[in-house]
Amino acid sequence: MSEHSPQAIRAEALESLLIDQGLLSESDVDETLTLFNDRVGPLNGARVVAKAWCDPEFRAALLEDGTAAIEPFDFQGGEVQKLVVVANSADVHNVVVCTLCSCYPWALLGLPPAWYKDPAYRSRIVREPRRVLEEFGLTVPESREIRVWDSSAEVRYLVLPERPAGTGDLDEEALAALVPREAMIGVAVL
Amino acid sequence: MDSMHDLGGRQGFGPVLPEADEPVFHERWEAGVFTIVNRMMRQGAISNVDQFRHAIERIDAIAYLTHGYYGRWLGGVENLLTEGGVIGTAALNERVLSLGGEADDPVAARPRPHPDQVPPAAETGAARQVQAAPRFSVGQSVRTNSTTTSGHTRLPAYARGRLGVIVARHGGWVFPDTNAHGRGEQPEHLYCVRFEGAELWGEEAEPGQSVHLDLFESYLAPAPSEPGDLS
Repeated sequence: MSEHSPQAIRAEALESLLIDQGLLSESDVDETLTLFNDRVGPLNGARVVAKAWCDPEFRAALLEDGTAAIEPFDFQGGEVQKLVVVANSADVHNVVVCTLCSCYPWALLGLPPAWYKDPAYRSRIVREPRRVLEEFGLTVPESREIRVWDSSAEVRYLVLPERPAGTGDLDEEALAALVPREAMIGVAVL
Repeated sequence: MDSMHDLGGRQGFGPVLPEADEPVFHERWEAGVFTIVNRMMRQGAISNVDQFRHAIERIDAIAYLTHGYYGRWLGGVENLLTEGGVIGTAALNERVLSLGGEADDPVAARPRPHPDQVPPAAETGAARQVQAAPRFSVGQSVRTNSTTTSGHTRLPAYARGRLGVIVARHGGWVFPDTNAHGRGEQPEHLYCVRFEGAELWGEEAEPGQSVHLDLFESYLAPAPSEPGDLS
């Protein structure tokens, strides 16, 4: 959609009518931009993953009750009323979708990328996950089960990827910098 | 509702196309729509998230596929703001023209003449206590409902009438199917249900594939324990 697409113009028209009525102000939009450009993004989720890699007790607590385990982080951005963290292993690969809309753990990963919200991913990942993951460059061995988590209620899912080999000397902060958003959705591994 | 939003398992959409170095918002208007929705939700012009999700499901089916994520949100919020009398369609169309739009530009919104009356939520969040004991337990086999209505639901079409196994209980939650339409929160127990690939996709299922869905109690019935047992 370009700046002058019909959608852009209609959105601008709606925004200006609401501003005229005092129901919205210009600065509200700036606040959104600041919040999601600067403060809420995938680094939040990456910090959780890195802590789980370094601290076995935290990992156990996170897998047992994700909502309670992330409370001390005090993430902003909403959209996580209940968090379930699913761990990848030698036997299981996990991948997350919302086929009915585009539910996503905003507070942990920021707003979702366009492909996550587009019809191709939402329609195909539940039906042919191996083929879709191949397109992302990820081949999951047939011996490994693929569990697709379709976020159909208010529970939000985060994939805990396996810690890559050769990272034993890195601290949490350095580890967090390694974790891409895609690995926490489950369309990539490290 | 059998509208375009219910995409799971549909075919013909081609490859997934990730974008390198994608910005959070591609255009300022997208952040504008996002902000409008969040603000209208806080002010009560949108009563709850289920009503909003259903408002998106009710937009034009072609627009659903072609206007992008924030285009869909725009259609949804326009549905609710015009139905609720917060803005008028005529005033909006006039403002579009004054900003350089055309009279025949595509419009996603499809406001209804007799919309649901949905009172604003009394409580934030959707987790609720449910007095009744859960009907199903972890490990139990269940079958999902095989039919749907023209209203809001969170049972995807691809999982209708299918056998699954309860793998977790998530406690009580507001029931979207009634809450979206102003028929009360009617909280229900929510379950995580596992479906094997072959149950959903038959012989074309990929090896070692399963789908997990979070489903409300009234979407589920106990599965017959023996073949031929129709109780």
